[in-house]
Amino acid sequence: MRWTPNWIVEVMNMNLYEPIHTPAVQAGAQAENVLDVRELNVAFRTAAGTVHAVRDVSFSVRRGETLALVGETSSGKSVTCLGLLGLTPPAPYCSITGSARLVARDGNAYELVGTPERVMRRVRGGVASVIFQEPMTSLNPVHTVGAQICESLRIHLGMSARAATDRAAELLNQVGISDPKRRLTNYPHELSGGMRQRVMIAMAIACEPSLLIADEPTTALDVTIQAQILELLEKLQSETRMAMIYITHNLGTVAEIADRVMVMYAGRIVEQADVVELFTQPRHPYSRGLIHSVPRLHSNRARKTPLFAIPGNVPDPAAHPPGCTFGPRCGHFEPGRCDAAVPVLENAQPGHLVRCVRWPEIEGAV
Amino acid sequence: MSIAHTASLAPPRRALAGRFPALSRFLRHRPALLGLGIVLIMTLASFVGPWLIPFNATDTDIRARLTEPFVGSHVLGTDPLGRDILARLMYAGRISLSVGFAATALSVVVGVLVGLVAGFYRGAIGAALMRFVDAMLCFPTIFLLLAVAALIEPSVASIVVLIALASWMEVARVVEGQIRSLRERDFALAAESLGASDSRIMFRELLPNAVAPIVVAATLNIAHAILAESYISFLGFGIQPPTPSWGNMLENAQSYLTNAPWLAIVPGLAITLTVTSFNFIGDGLRDALDAKLDR
Repeated sequence: MRWTPNWIVEVMNMNLYEPIHTPAVQAGAQAENVLDVRELNVAFRTAAGTVHAVRDVSFSVRRGETLALVGETSSGKSVTCLGLLGLTPPAPYCSITGSARLVARDGNAYELVGTPERVMRRVRGGVASVIFQEPMTSLNPVHTVGAQICESLRIHLGMSARAATDRAAELLNQVGISDPKRRLTNYPHELSGGMRQRVMIAMAIACEPSLLIADEPTTALDVTIQAQILELLEKLQSETRMAMIYITHNLGTVAEIADRVMVMYAGRIVEQADVVELFTQPRHPYSRGLIHSVPRLHSNRARKTPLFAIPGNVPDPAAHPPGCTFGPRCGHFEPGRCDAAVPVLENAQPGHLVRCVRWPEIEGAV
Repeated sequence: MSIAHTASLAPPRRALAGRFPALSRFLRHRPALLGLGIVLIMTLASFVGPWLIPFNATDTDIRARLTEPFVGSHVLGTDPLGRDILARLMYAGRISLSVGFAATALSVVVGVLVGLVAGFYRGAIGAALMRFVDAMLCFPTIFLLLAVAALIEPSVASIVVLIALASWMEVARVVEGQIRSLRERDFALAAESLGASDSRIMFRELLPNAVAPIVVAATLNIAHAILAESYISFLGFGIQPPTPSWGNMLENAQSYLTNAPWLAIVPGLAITLTVTSFNFIGDGLRDALDAKLDR
């Protein structure tokens, strides 16, 4: 999407043009990982100074697995995913460092950080797709639904118009839209919100990506439709074994769809665990707060106890507090320890990472 | 039976208006309809008319020179060389309208390209292009046109290019503004996330969304182009006699203004009517296509 003023940069990156071949046997345990992100940093240059939106984020997603990315607004969850696909603003305004390795279905691996646009265009929509939050505005109002689905097929698979139309109808059928042939000729404004989101999903899975990023896909929909969309995503995932990153701040949907959960706060991962583990044994005070602040019908008997809310607000991304960024809002804050240095991600249990110096002590407390 | 009949007739009309609310709004805009009618008549008369009258635009008839209108067979009278004014008016209409349309087409192409690139890439490229547009707008168009027209060989093609070069800036500004806001819309990001290239996003995703203001700007531009052609020709730098254009017909009329005023009134009226009509159509389109009203 962006103009690359510096052709030299492209020449320097020339060796990245061709996908690195990774025979599955050699890679061993790694082979199952569709996406491997190491030390990803995303920083924006703004008038108010440099804003580090994502800091040292490392994670991986396996084939057929759903990783939920949870956090408040501005915790960096969307930027992480936009950054991975190079959809953030161009170079002088935004810098991305670290590495991210994405494996396509054919076994080719792509490095996503610092890769030239030409390669990234092939990756986007072909190897990794995104579904956005707003189905109302994510479809182009002047083209029919069919034309928009076909576009992706024709860009990536070079299909003929006729073949693309047939495939588009198939896709609409797959995402549960009845009478797909007729729907192809509809304009977005003729469809309901749920239908539009289904169309977005159809566009995203058109080229059978190995990774699907769903950025709060159900936020703009009403609850019954939300459930249907979640079911659809689960169905598609089990059919195609694609990996999925599900970004949300709705813990209810997380419990529904995720295999693993990564909690982000102020651009950092603060906790990462298996979904059951996280809901039954959250370790980080922030995760505990999040789970605690979900309204429940039964626990607040007779509604005597008010709904729990985490005090304070997300810190200004341009001026983070020293040490633990959650410190100022934390009920277990200990001066001298919590504000001394940024806590490291520790293994609380195998596969359960937590970024808190006091996690062993606050085990039982709320 | 008769009820069923009326019922079967009614829906299509409502469906048409319902499907194209902009069309029904345009049809309710009286001046625009009037303008459209006049333009259609003018165009038809210019391109078909010359075959329907017994006179040629270049045939002279010294015995019938300076005949008054509505006298004899020359409906709008004759000029100092005895040429039929109606025939000349129609033939001049071909030239003037063609120049207007062609110059507008060219300036829309240039304006859209410049506006698209400037609005899409913003930054240094966008700033440079738009400052160039501003600089072009700073020139007083008439002097620019006359200065350049004095240097080049006047012909229909060169006049078209000249007028286009002096009038593409308005379209560029309109397009730049539209694209700037459209590219921030979710569907632009969605298209990018599906692997669409820059040019694909620009031309397929964004440009069709900006058609309405472009159409309006182009319509008003036709009026300006016709006017521009008229005054270049009037001042003698434009379409050269014996080829008639509304502008050089006016020029010829200058010396006979007191004893043969119809020589000036007829082409003057043609210019006024056409330009006003295009302006009305432009206004009507603007009102009709304005998304703020409904949709």
